[in-house]
Formats: sequence, C-alpha cells, structure tokens
Amino acid sequence: MERKILLLGGSAGGFSVILNIIKALERPIQRPIIVIVHRNPKYASSIEDTLSKALLQKVKTADDKETIEDGTIYFAPAGYHLLIEPDYSFSLDISEPVQYSRPSIDVTFESAAEVYKENCAAILFSGANHDGAQGLLMIKKYGGKTYVQDPLDAEVPIMPQSAIDLNAQDKILSIAEIKDYIIQLT
Amino acid sequence: MVELSTKVAVMITFEELEGIIDVVKNLHGYDVSGYTRSSLKRRVTRIMELNKLDLVELKSKLINQPGFITYFLQEITVNVTEMFRDPEFYKAVKTDVFPYLATYPHIKLWSAGCSTGEEVYSLAILLKEAGLYQRAFIYGTDINTKVLEKAKRGIYSLIKVKEYSENFIKTDPKSSLSEYYTAMYNAATINNSLKQNILFTQHSLVSDQAFNEFQMITCRNVLIYFDTNLQEKVLDLFYDSLCHLGFLCLGSKESLVNYKNAGKFKVVNKKHNIYQKIG
Ligand SMILES: C[S@@+](CC[C@H](N)C(=O)[O-])C[C@H]1O[C@@H](n2cnc3c(N)ncnc32)[C@H](O)[C@@H]1O
Repeated sequence: MERKILLLGGSAGGFSVILNIIKALERPIQRPIIVIVHRNPKYASSIEDTLSKALLQKVKTADDKETIEDGTIYFAPAGYHLLIEPDYSFSLDISEPVQYSRPSIDVTFESAAEVYKENCAAILFSGANHDGAQGLLMIKKYGGKTYVQDPLDAEVPIMPQSAIDLNAQDKILSIAEIKDYIIQLT
Repeated sequence: MVELSTKVAVMITFEELEGIIDVVKNLHGYDVSGYTRSSLKRRVTRIMELNKLDLVELKSKLINQPGFITYFLQEITVNVTEMFRDPEFYKAVKTDVFPYLATYPHIKLWSAGCSTGEEVYSLAILLKEAGLYQRAFIYGTDINTKVLEKAKRGIYSLIKVKEYSENFIKTDPKSSLSEYYTAMYNAATINNSLKQNILFTQHSLVSDQAFNEFQMITCRNVLIYFDTNLQEKVLDLFYDSLCHLGFLCLGSKESLVNYKNAGKFKVVNKKHNIYQKIG
C-alpha cells in the first residue's frame, strides 16, 4: 500500500480555520495529517489534547523519530522544525528560523515533497508572511497536489497570495471547498 | 535535482545525498551515515546555495579541493544555541540535580555537543550561584572545531546576551547575568573567573570513546540529528560515562523512551528529560 499524506500549513488567521475544519470532521481520515502552524512556544498549548478528546481520531504533537501512522493528526511542536525522513518517520530540527518561523511551513513541505511525491497533498492557509510558498512549489514539482486558501477568503491574504505569485498551486479553494476536499478523503 | 524556477534554489534528492555520504566516507574517512537524512539534505543544499555549486561541482570540490571537506563538515552540523535555552529546564537542574551534586567533593560535568559554549557558561553560572563552581569542572565538547574556538573565546553579541538575560531571569537567579560578562561596544565577553574550570575540546559522538566519568552529562538538541541506531550508540556511551547515580539531561524533545537500557535510568524530571543512572 502506498503511503499518503495531507499537510496543512497556516499562520495568522489560518490556525482557527484549520482547527474548525479538523473539529468538523465527522469521520476519521485514513491518511495522516500534519499541521504546521506558527504558534508562540510560550503558549505552546494543549490544543492537541483538546482535539484528541473531541475527535474520533488520535491528535498529537509529532515526536522525534516517531513513525508516521495512518489515522493520526500530528502537530509540529513549537520551537522546532518538523522534518520527514525517507522511512516515513519524523525528525526535529532546531536550525535557524525560516521566514522568521520555527516551525516553518516551507521546511516541512519541502521535506515531505520527495518522500511522498504524488501521494502528497498540501493546503496553505491564511497568514501574514511568505512561509509555505516555496515548499508548496516543491511539492508541486514532485507531482503532489497543492492547494491554497482563496486570498479573498483569508483573514490575512499574504501567505496564500505569495504561493499564487509563484504559481505553486494546482487550485485555489474557498473554505467550503477545502472542507469538501478533506471530507472526500475520509 | 529539483530546481525551483523563481529562486536559484536547488534541492538535492535523497539518492544524490547517499552519493555524497559515500564520498565523504570512502575518500575522507568521516562517517555521517548516522545523521538524519532530512536534515543532511537541507544542510548540503544550503552549502550548495551559499557557494553557488551544482551537484557535480560540489562532488568535485569534495574530491579535489584540499580543505573543502573541513568546511563541509563544519557546515553540515546545526549549531544554533542560546544561553539558558528552556529556562524551566535550568530551574529543574537547580532543584532536582544540584542537591545531589553538592554531596560530591569533586563534580565533573560534560556538555556533549556544546556548540559555541552558551550551554556550558549557563551551567557554570548556575554552579557559581549554588556555590558549587569551585569544586566543579565542565568539559564542553563538540565535533565542530570552529564552534569550539568561539566557545573558548566566550565573546557573544551584546544584543543576544541581553535576550539571554531574560531567559536567565526565568531561572529565579540570585544574580544578574551582567555580573558574568564585560560589555564592550557590541560584544559581551564572559569573565575569566567563569572560564577557569571549563575545558572546551573536540570529541565526536560518532567515533570517539568515553574519556572520563561524570556526575552529570547534558546532551541537548544533538540526538535529534541522529538516526535511531546512532542515538542508541550515543546513549550507551553516556551510560558508560556516568558514575553510579549520575545524571543525564537531554533536550526538551529528546527522551529515553526508545532506549533499550532505559530501565537502568530513573526518570527524575519527565517534562525536562532529566534521568539518573541507577542500574
Ligand atoms: C543544535 S546544537 C546544540 C547546542 C546546545 N547543546 C543547545 O542545546 O543549545 C547541536 C551541536 O551538536 C554538534 N554535533 C553534531 N554531531 C556531533 C557529533 N558527532 N559529535 C559531537 N557533537 C556533534 C553540532 O556540531 C552542534 O554544535
């Protein structure tokens, strides 16, 4: 069986949208989901626990060298970049922030691109910087599917717009379309 | 190689990376095969970007240009560090570890993968505050000689040190960080009195053996760059290098959960990954 992955990246205005989408899931999603959001390490919250209780599937912070399992939603830990190894496990990295961000969406997207190739799907949400655009482009180059939240829909359009400027997306989706897309993965 | 149209950014493939790992090993005798591929890939790509090299040029430099291998090895390690990174961890060291250390007439500490020395000086300051510094000796080791030179000099940017003092305050200190350095222009130089009982020296966790017996070992944010086999090997080395009841302190995302000899350690502080050798 081929391993698949769904990556969700967002920053200002994107975090809440991603959370709402996840919370609205009525059935567990088969393929693993990785969420990369910029959050302050100081408030590195227990959102994973809260979601895990509310949902029918496992939600957790990604651990170093943990094997990526189906049916699980992983969050990138605050303060570290989240990388994906060719053997489908995570590695953490504390190198310099990228686009002022650690975790950086670019870093995880770029690292997933070659591992999952055409089995990688990624969505870039609202945000106030340029993180994620290069990574999305890399996923596209490796044959993965790339989507951005419609900048018109986004609280802060800078992030999805910078991906569109690179033509990194296969499709621009409204929030409703993103929900539909994710639900058809369940 | 996958080229991104907009920037000159390139990203080598995992297969190409294996080729480079082979060259480094077969030609130069350095084994980096235990490092995580995803991080190596980023670091090698970064070297190529910085030097505007394509894969062929990189390989040719590795093979033909004397000294390039040294530069290469220095650049593939990630050296990002801070003083009092994770202040809560240092607080835990003070409360959970220092009372034990205080019972020894001589205290030997080892910071493995100390990078540019900030972690070592942080420990030294805590030891000073606790009145333990005079009987303590700290070895700071790293594979990268370039960062060790910086560690020895103990000169840091004043702006950064000002940030570190905010970390320091969170450790509930008795003193102010400014008591331990001298500021001049934009630089903060660590005081000589703090350097006395410290030795920075090269040691590779991949290829070197145990060199002393310690009451406390810190190895933080180093294991994340190693695959599980190398992690296991390095943890064995730490086990062998600790005295009975000695302490092992790992980074905030590193633990012994997957270590085969975890049972020989007691968890002293779960949140901050502080362990004590009991078996
Ligand atoms: C991210 S820094 C960690 C610095 C510090 N311990 C901290 O937590 O802030 C990782 C360090 O591990 C060192 N390192 C990598 N491989 C090593 C090896 N094989 N032996 C010793 N040190 C190594 C790197 O050179 C780098 O300085």
